[in-house]
Amino acid sequence: MILLWGSNARETHPIFFHHLLKGLRNGAKLYAIDPRRTSSAQWADAWLGLDVGTDISLANAMGREILAAGLEHKWFIEHSTSGFEEYKKHVQKYTLERAERETGVPAEVIRQTAHAYAKAERAELCWTLGITEHHNAVDNVVSLIDLALLTGHVGRYANGVNPLRGQNNVQGGGDMGAIPDRFPGFQHVENDEIRAKFEAAYGRKLDPQRGRNLSAMFEAMEHGEMTCAYVLGENPVDSEADRHRAKRLLGGLEFMVVQDLFYTETAALADVVLPAAAGWCETEGTVTSSERRVQRVRAAVPPPPGVRDDIEIVYELARRMGQNWGTPKAECIWDEVRQLSPMHGGMSYKRLEELGGIQWPCYDESHPGEIFLHGRLWADPLIGPRAPFSCVEQEGPVDQIDKEYPIRLTTGRRLDSYNTNVQSGKFASPMRRQETLDISPEDGTKYNVREGEKVRVSSRRGSVIAPIRFDPGLRPGLAFLTGHFHDQVATNDLTIDAVDPKSGVSEFKATAIRIDKCSAN
Amino acid sequence: MSDLAPKALIPVPRGPVPEAPPPRKRAMVELKIDGKTVSVPEGSTILDAARKLGIDTPTLCFLDTLTPVNVCRVCVVELEGSRTLVPACSRKAEPGMSIKTDSERVRLSRRLVLEFLASSVDVSTAPQFPGYSERYGADPERFGAKAETVKQPVKIDNDLYVRDYSKCILCYKCVEACGVDAQNTFAIAVAGRGFDAHISTEFDTPLTNSACVYCGNCIGVCPTGALMFKSEYEMRQAGTWNESRQTQTDTICPYCGVGCDLTVHEQEGKIVKITSPLDHSVTHGNLCIKGRFGYRFVEVNSKPKK
Repeated sequence: MILLWGSNARETHPIFFHHLLKGLRNGAKLYAIDPRRTSSAQWADAWLGLDVGTDISLANAMGREILAAGLEHKWFIEHSTSGFEEYKKHVQKYTLERAERETGVPAEVIRQTAHAYAKAERAELCWTLGITEHHNAVDNVVSLIDLALLTGHVGRYANGVNPLRGQNNVQGGGDMGAIPDRFPGFQHVENDEIRAKFEAAYGRKLDPQRGRNLSAMFEAMEHGEMTCAYVLGENPVDSEADRHRAKRLLGGLEFMVVQDLFYTETAALADVVLPAAAGWCETEGTVTSSERRVQRVRAAVPPPPGVRDDIEIVYELARRMGQNWGTPKAECIWDEVRQLSPMHGGMSYKRLEELGGIQWPCYDESHPGEIFLHGRLWADPLIGPRAPFSCVEQEGPVDQIDKEYPIRLTTGRRLDSYNTNVQSGKFASPMRRQETLDISPEDGTKYNVREGEKVRVSSRRGSVIAPIRFDPGLRPGLAFLTGHFHDQVATNDLTIDAVDPKSGVSEFKATAIRIDKCSAN
Repeated sequence: MSDLAPKALIPVPRGPVPEAPPPRKRAMVELKIDGKTVSVPEGSTILDAARKLGIDTPTLCFLDTLTPVNVCRVCVVELEGSRTLVPACSRKAEPGMSIKTDSERVRLSRRLVLEFLASSVDVSTAPQFPGYSERYGADPERFGAKAETVKQPVKIDNDLYVRDYSKCILCYKCVEACGVDAQNTFAIAVAGRGFDAHISTEFDTPLTNSACVYCGNCIGVCPTGALMFKSEYEMRQAGTWNESRQTQTDTICPYCGVGCDLTVHEQEGKIVKITSPLDHSVTHGNLCIKGRFGYRFVEVNSKPKK
């Protein structure tokens, strides 16, 4: 069984979806939980079309129902988890009736889904940004983890909780320490012993405090605590929620360096732009996929004249600052990672070549890598700490629907496009169509607008003009925009930068909007 | 409880190395091919058994990643006790079978299949044809200049790939890749009957009006070059396509986090097409529109200036 929660993998992870379809052909069941009846949901045995931002209500009600029916995995809970009694008490108020009222999903469908998940021999719970682009992203995630702990669908073959990564190396970026509180291999910067190891390797003192995530950086810019930025391969002017603010803050920095393949909107604000080679086909290195598989990328074509490998740029900067790091070579840097990050220890380039990639953790050269995580929870006696249940409450989106802003806008990707379209905009996709505000046909009637008609779309932060398109996969009161076409419709003029304090992610998925007829036609 | 809860500062200890459940045990089946005894797991085909003996069996409509459809008949073998020749690609090995793969009857049948196809279809870009034709002495010219052909204009209706059905041998591979075996989009099927049978979108509509999502997985399985990247087609038309001057480098797709293996085909420092290895555990040769066609951004001259 696969629970696809807040993910349109058919379009955003097409080859993963091939594997999923193979499962369905072999008799697996698919439950799609998404406000939109997406092209993924069309393959599902059941579609749970919940209202945006009501995931915790649904998850907690499923948890309550599983307990009420006695379908929880008692041995696993007793043996491997902590905080169960509190969780059990906590979810009591999330009755099916309450969940139906809050989510819009019929109580009977929630009951069936809960039973199917708990009874499944093997179940995967997969999610994407529909879960994480909320002001309470981490709460959303732990409410799903609770379900896996309750049913024992974790730490065993073909069972698990699985965030489908949206970028080819977003997993690798985190693994390599591109998060504020970790060194490579998720080693905590505030652990003295670990920090001492890195200090010894680098021959200098390291900051014992965690750094700032992206949202906190913008806050620090606001307060004048951060006056300089070095932006690598990111286009925050287009990709951040509340675009006006992002542009104002980046533009107001004393000094900004942008290192990118393209002269992006962000690069246009920079003091220095460093042209970088394309990591996947013009340089050597590794990326780490959603399956934690470290795979080699290789130089297939030369970069254009004057354009350099990221590593080369960083080495050259170091040289100008008086540090000679020698000749930049991806494999040498990787070997340094292997020495300092135990979970990458066994992944020599030679083995990565031979095995076509290795899934971390891989501690030494005789270790095969691990096809799933958390197997320790099933070891008897238990190895390591118990996995904790969390008690989280339903909390709707920050940007609330009211009379003035009666429509819920959510965002996502299209199959042939990607993020702010700096890459995907350069090939002639026959499927590409201009940005539209997708609404339900019912809302078309309600607001007296035609398909193709340009309307003014306003949120509490800004307004844009967009043509209307009817999508029967949307329910009345729900609208959809992509973030691909900021030159046509600046979606992030509308979105809210309500940030999850735990993850630093903005609530791209829930904006309150209104649509007005306008004279632009 | 609190002292047992995980602490972010402290690394979680290692557990046992997880393993996949062992594959289902299959009984072995013993059969004879060309006088040699071979043993294969139950459910294997005659083709699998022949491969195990190192016998090279020609195939056109068969691919390891697709369900056999038995349409080209070039893999046929002689099975003792069977009135007709049987297709090696789909016929399951049974205990005690005795098979000939290179008898006069098999050679004649294979030669005829190759001659019929080559006389009616343009096989000039089908990489397997020259070798097979030589091996079986196929002479497609013997039917004369008046032999019926499927010659027709090339269909060019989008910027990503072209369809030249003058080169189509109706192997069904594209239909299968578009359908249940991989993409599950069902944009194409076989329409018409007899000599008029052809691969078609719904109502023969141009691709741009069809259900096609331009994954190009049909191109990936086409054995004759009937389906071709527009980049390759244009270079061939211009006479600049030169495989001896191309390199192939495997790397990972720059888009989503699935980790699809891309084989980048390069000529004169430019990417000329992108494929994926059939035996790759993530892709099985399949990609999506972004992975297969979305590489153009590396050659667009929009690199920032210093």
